[in-house]
Amino acid sequence: MPKLIKNDAVSSDSWQRALPDSDQLAKGHFPTLAQWQAATETLPTVQLQPGDEVVTLVEALDTLELIAVDFPVFTDGRGFSYARELRQRGYRGELRATGEFMPDQVHYLRRCGFDAFQPADASRIEEYLRQLRVFSEHYQASVDEPLPLFRRRDSESQLA
Amino acid sequence: MYIYDQYDQRIVDERVAQFRDQTRRYLAGELSDAEFLPLRLQNGLYVQRLAPMLRIAVPYGLLSSKQVRKLAHITRHYDKGYAHVSTRQNIQLNWPLLEEVPDILAELASVQMHAIQTSGNCIRNTTTDQFAGVAADEREDPRPWCEIIRQWSTLHPEFAFLPRKFKIAVCASEEDRAAIHAHDIGVELLPNAAGELGFKVLVGGGLGRTPVMGSVICEWLEKRHLLTYLESILRVYNQHGRRDNKYKARIKILVKAMGIDAFRDAVEAEWALLKDGPSTLTECEITRAQSFFTSPAYAALDGRSSQEALAARAATDPIFGNWLARNTRAHRVPGYRAVTISLKATGIAPGDVTDRQLELLADLADRYSFGELRTTHQQNMVLADVEEAALYELWQHLQKAGLATANIGYITDLICCPGGDYCSLANAKSIPVAEAIQARFEDLDYLYDLGPVELNISGCMNACGHHHIGHIGILGVDKKGAEFYQVSLGGSQSKDAAIGKILGPSFSQEAVPDVVENLLGTFVSLREGEETFLQTYNRVGIEPFKERVYAKAD
Ligand code: HEM
Ligand code: SF4
Repeated sequence: MPKLIKNDAVSSDSWQRALPDSDQLAKGHFPTLAQWQAATETLPTVQLQPGDEVVTLVEALDTLELIAVDFPVFTDGRGFSYARELRQRGYRGELRATGEFMPDQVHYLRRCGFDAFQPADASRIEEYLRQLRVFSEHYQASVDEPLPLFRRRDSESQLA
Repeated sequence: MYIYDQYDQRIVDERVAQFRDQTRRYLAGELSDAEFLPLRLQNGLYVQRLAPMLRIAVPYGLLSSKQVRKLAHITRHYDKGYAHVSTRQNIQLNWPLLEEVPDILAELASVQMHAIQTSGNCIRNTTTDQFAGVAADEREDPRPWCEIIRQWSTLHPEFAFLPRKFKIAVCASEEDRAAIHAHDIGVELLPNAAGELGFKVLVGGGLGRTPVMGSVICEWLEKRHLLTYLESILRVYNQHGRRDNKYKARIKILVKAMGIDAFRDAVEAEWALLKDGPSTLTECEITRAQSFFTSPAYAALDGRSSQEALAARAATDPIFGNWLARNTRAHRVPGYRAVTISLKATGIAPGDVTDRQLELLADLADRYSFGELRTTHQQNMVLADVEEAALYELWQHLQKAGLATANIGYITDLICCPGGDYCSLANAKSIPVAEAIQARFEDLDYLYDLGPVELNISGCMNACGHHHIGHIGILGVDKKGAEFYQVSLGGSQSKDAAIGKILGPSFSQEAVPDVVENLLGTFVSLREGEETFLQTYNRVGIEPFKERVYAKAD
């Protein structure tokens, strides 16, 4: 079973990356956006690829339970914005990064709203875990810290 | 200037630890070349022709004397004893060892400096007017806004893997000294009809292969919305910018493809999600940022008497007079001037400064300019707050150190990229061309008679030397394996920003000084009254220049 990191621990489940070239839903694989849209019933999971439009999912954000965002190459950073936007539009379910992202990206991914990480190459899974929290402080507002540093500084100076 | 608190320091320290670990893993074979590439680039580390090149961030060009001393120390211990001031106000080292870069970053962190996001496909150092805070034509000090943008853009989780690099510049005065039209985003502080200051926002400017001037995306933005608006622009770009071709990946291409109106609509749609959210700036934060950029303790001086004394000095010592007239400029406070230190002495690569010179400049900054120095995007340095009465003494110190070349704004004050001597992407060398041009215009009377001319040289179309926006631009091109130079005319980086027009077929390296001399000779023969080179060019067009240069070349 594919390994992943969830709730800050290594675990595994049976989901595999989508098979974009098939019309049919393959068992155990995430549906692509096209497969998800074509399905007759509402599927609780879907996998976004770079180039997909996040807004397509807006109506279904309450019913979706697991959205995977795939990184076919680690240099393609579109998935960071997809995650941020999904969370900002109110999505609360699991948000899983899949594919070729590298360990040194997980702290950014996490701050963008991902809460599960399923790297294509699971042999370095401990390294991914180690990289989750390489920074203890950040300037920006993010999904795990909704207040930017300046607002936290503001309240400190008001207390002082 | 901005002083780190515990949070800023912690972020920079953790960044050093992170990069130390990344370097260790890379050297141990745990990170591949491909993986290490963006990680090192985002810490300013290029791998170049002779050695790695390390680009150190100088946020909006401001340095304390303590930081300058640290830079001198770093160049001496980890490099060959000199540093290079870049066209984006940063400092570059040409010879560091990869293994020692983590130590260099730790040294930098000890004086509140870093190399974060000085290259790579992320938001780069925000630049501004080198005369911020002292310019008479300034509407408001732009530096607090640069600092606010610096913090927002530093390690931004969403925008570290953009389609391409992303540069922001801020200006706050009538004369644009930050080249905001040539940036991915240009921000100008200006009043609305009611007189309230806010931001005009330009998007989609940039040089490189396809030079484009920015388009106005927002005529006036309330100050508190700055970050959410920038974030909306970046998000549209991150989602929709092209990633299939690195030469089409800058935001300028996306803005052109969508059209500015459709692009604006997309940004507004994102902004609807972000506007008034937690990243909206608070009064408290704006005041905090501004509190770091208050005026130093200026003496109450009678400007008139010091000016009379200066005029008398200049009359008896014309060499000083030349320098005074060219390298110093008016200050908003009576009795003070801003001094530009030319890093353009003939025979020294433009923008290079040695460890000893840096130490001297740090001492001079402490003695004469409240302990601060600035870098400029014309690759010079500035002491912004010097008492007029101290100028003569200061000049004597500078002169001894080879730092008093009186050429600011003239043709020998040229901008030049490292080119083929250092850069593996170069088509041609640029430093020897710069030197040959400087040598040709050694005669100061002739130099001054020509008036202000900006000459910019890049060794390839990546345009690090901003050749498109030089009044005269020189670009290294490859012609069947030989180094040639294409010349363009009429570029401009200021309010009337324009991209230069190509003169015609390119020239050999030896021919370039003659070509430049012919161009200026043409100008002198056509000039009316006190016209500048650019004004004459704009009046007569490119033809007369073409005729003269190519007639001679035949
Ligand atoms: C020697 C190592 C250097 C390398 C390998 C390098 C590489 C590049 C590349 C590839 C680009 C084009 C990026 C694009 O179009 O998206 C670029 C642009 C640029 N570089 Fe460099 N560069 C180097 C040194 C410098 C130096 C020393 C300066 C300053 C003097 C500089 C200033 C710039 C600027 C201002 C641009 C932006 C032009 C624009 O807006 O498109 N670079 N550089
Ligand atoms: S313009 Fe070209 S040659 Fe010059 S530094 Fe940039 S990449 Fe190198």
